[in-house]
Amino acid sequence: MPRNPQLNANGKLQHLLSIEGLPRDVLLQILDTAESFVGVTEREVKKVPLLRGKSVFNLFFESSTRTRTTFEIAAKRLSADVINLNIATSSQSKGESLLDTVANLSAMQADLFIVRHASSGAPFLIARHVKPHEHVINAGDGRHAHPTQGLLDLFTIRHYKREFGALTVAVVGDVLHSRVARSLIHGLTTLGVPEVRVIGPQTLLPAGVEALGVRVFHDLREGLRDADVVVMLRLQNERMNGALLPSAQEYFMKYGLTAEKLAHAKADVIVMHPGPMNRGVEIDSSVADGPRSVILPQVTFGIAVRMAVMSIVAGN
Amino acid sequence: MNALPEAETLLAPLVAELRARVTPASAMIGLYTGGAWLAERLHAMLGIELPLGLMDIAFYRDDYAKQGLKHDPKRTRIPFEVEGRDLLLVDDVLYTGRTVRAAMNELFDYGRPRSITLVVLIDRGGRQLPICAQHCGARLELPERKRLRLKRDADGALRLELEDAA
Amino acid sequence: MRVLIKGGRLVDPASGRDAPGALLLDGGRVAALDAEAEGATADRILDAAGLVVAPGLIDLAVRLREPGFEFKATLESELEAAVAGGVTSLACLPDTDPPIDEPGLVDMLRRRAKALGRARVYPIGALTQKLQGERLTEMAELAAAGCVAFSQANFAITNSQVLWRALQYAATFDYPVWLRAEDRWLAAGGVAHDGEIATRLGLAGIPVFAETVALATLIELVRATGTRVHVCRLSSAAGVELMRAARSEGLPMSCDIGIHHAHLSDIDLGYFEAQCRLEPPLRSRRDREALARALADGTIDCAVSDHTPVDDDHKLVPFDEAEPGATGLELLLPLTLKWGAEQKLGLAQTLARVTSEPARILGVAAGRLAPGSPGDVVVFDSEAPWRIVPEALRSQGKNSPFLGYELTGRVRTTLVAGSVVFEQP
Repeated sequence: MPRNPQLNANGKLQHLLSIEGLPRDVLLQILDTAESFVGVTEREVKKVPLLRGKSVFNLFFESSTRTRTTFEIAAKRLSADVINLNIATSSQSKGESLLDTVANLSAMQADLFIVRHASSGAPFLIARHVKPHEHVINAGDGRHAHPTQGLLDLFTIRHYKREFGALTVAVVGDVLHSRVARSLIHGLTTLGVPEVRVIGPQTLLPAGVEALGVRVFHDLREGLRDADVVVMLRLQNERMNGALLPSAQEYFMKYGLTAEKLAHAKADVIVMHPGPMNRGVEIDSSVADGPRSVILPQVTFGIAVRMAVMSIVAGN
Repeated sequence: MNALPEAETLLAPLVAELRARVTPASAMIGLYTGGAWLAERLHAMLGIELPLGLMDIAFYRDDYAKQGLKHDPKRTRIPFEVEGRDLLLVDDVLYTGRTVRAAMNELFDYGRPRSITLVVLIDRGGRQLPICAQHCGARLELPERKRLRLKRDADGALRLELEDAA
Repeated sequence: MRVLIKGGRLVDPASGRDAPGALLLDGGRVAALDAEAEGATADRILDAAGLVVAPGLIDLAVRLREPGFEFKATLESELEAAVAGGVTSLACLPDTDPPIDEPGLVDMLRRRAKALGRARVYPIGALTQKLQGERLTEMAELAAAGCVAFSQANFAITNSQVLWRALQYAATFDYPVWLRAEDRWLAAGGVAHDGEIATRLGLAGIPVFAETVALATLIELVRATGTRVHVCRLSSAAGVELMRAARSEGLPMSCDIGIHHAHLSDIDLGYFEAQCRLEPPLRSRRDREALARALADGTIDCAVSDHTPVDDDHKLVPFDEAEPGATGLELLLPLTLKWGAEQKLGLAQTLARVTSEPARILGVAAGRLAPGSPGDVVVFDSEAPWRIVPEALRSQGKNSPFLGYELTGRVRTTLVAGSVVFEQP
């Protein structure tokens, strides 16, 4: 099996493609560095000169204004030049191949590619073909991984709970299709969280999910019992079409987070959501806007975490 | 090569020099890690009113392209307004001057100080940039292959140590 | 023309023979072995010292890519690859463009192949028109034109009534039907084995029961119709068990695996290696072990290459966009030898899976070395290592999970109908 393509020959992070396979100390380095960047985002001059003169290309084959914007902000706060490329999937399938697109951009002196793609593994393919000084950051590939989201989720948990070693974390919803869930689960198990739970109907849980190191629950109240952290996953409309679920209403009845269900968790539980939220489907407004919700701080931390990832990777 | 002086004995004369500079409006910033320890002592001995600022220059270094990002950057905290302030910038060892250059760049991203006075425990020469310390505990000449560090013992005592440069 | 091959280790899997000896070919057939052959006069004498002399390999699943996919490969290049791999007879799949559902296409294919004078080509005809699974093809016409069996390649018949009727019709004339067992709906959207690896990689999975549900249906229909069915490319341990039961019941069924599935499992997908995107998918390690063992104990009759040339453009893409398939004609021999060694089988037993057994299923006289058999012979060095690199392959398909690896077993000379059609320089 070839070397983990994220690490260079010296074992240093040259690309961020997935949390799976990252050593614990690399994860912690990213979180600690992000901590320093939080300070930068809180002062008036929010820039540092680390990536001055570097070109960061946002290569989004799957559109997403939110994620692209946070990467853009993060890159600009590192003083980098940012170029946004929104390549709609349909035109790409008729035109240039993925590798041809990357090769052309490479010829324009790119330093960092931020890639979001609908196919799992696309960033790995890109990383195998870029030049040695070019770096790839995965902004989400298919169902496989969304490492910066996983990292900001870990950062958020650490911010509110300090230690990972005694936590119970529950991930609720469509784990089958969720790259956010996979990344978070890998991060939590690597950092030694003793109890990671996934909660959802059978149709939304992937084969062999226990092998990721999680306990499976189909009953939300049972799965939330004594949880310290609850992470709600977004439910997409397509799921109703694929015979996976009957309706959003029934989903909300069984798996939607309400104050009553949340009461089964610990009193100081924190509620997280990668966004954007479907109010009334996976989460009730009273909880989303309530005292236990840390959904908005997640967004702020997201910028600091992405600044940390870019500055570590671009320096190796 | 000179013998290493005792760090603790250098403090009192330095403080005596600085006392004339310090006003109620003065502020002090120490550079991690050695400069921060030194600044903690000077800050206390001088009785400076404004809380101590601590700075990590990791994001302003000029060797990022070659060395990458240093592991475990600390968080810069400056608990006072930099704008218009008379600042005492404290570091343990002044050598090439690059650390101070980075620190000044970072400082100016917080605001425009009225003045910056550089205070170091040891000036070991070897400057590569036009930087000088207005206050200095001692001057030493050291071989290039050696690195001078300030260490802090368990009981808080400061101590100078010479290491081989990596 | 008389050809004498002397000094080699003569292996005839059909009779179990594995001993040094000479082989004499005359008039396109095997004339004599051993003492009778020794000392005979010949127009050409081949020195096979240190080499194995065996029947030419028979490969039941090869994509020649003509007509329609000439940019991927041509008859010339692929038949050259076949004899370079020691394959002297091959059955080619009907999923060309247009599919082989008309006698004219069968004719054209056979004539072209004959003119090239390399491996013998046995076309498999489409079972339904355009492989669409709705209307039957003119099986009798196609058989008359030379089709040896009828197949759907990788296109499942979703309408079970059509499947039943197609089997019934074929059984009327005792035409063999060669089918993959995969339920189209249960496999829909899947690109990898549905298990832990696919979950980690975020790839849509094809569960084992996509195979077993379809296989159970097929077995049930064979019970009712008595059709001779050959199940193509088994992929799972559970599928093997179903076949074992069907055979012990005495049903007229046989099966094969792609030789890659005897060696690789879903772990080999690594970091989304598109060369490992195959149909059926590479399943778990336990499935692989079951397939390898079943090939040894005869539950699985034979191994095929499932030769599928794919151009770079269709492999250098994300895993789920890649075209499935691997080049195989030149790897069938070394991969079969590797499997045989791992299963601790003798050479005759090992080679049976790619000579006498596929010959039996194909219904041809080749695949054995006895006086009167076709003069299809492969002479190879069973110890010679070689690195699998694009330059070493004659096929236009350079796509292989084994790229960069070293395999053992290199063909030196191949003869078809008593003539030398390939010689390693």
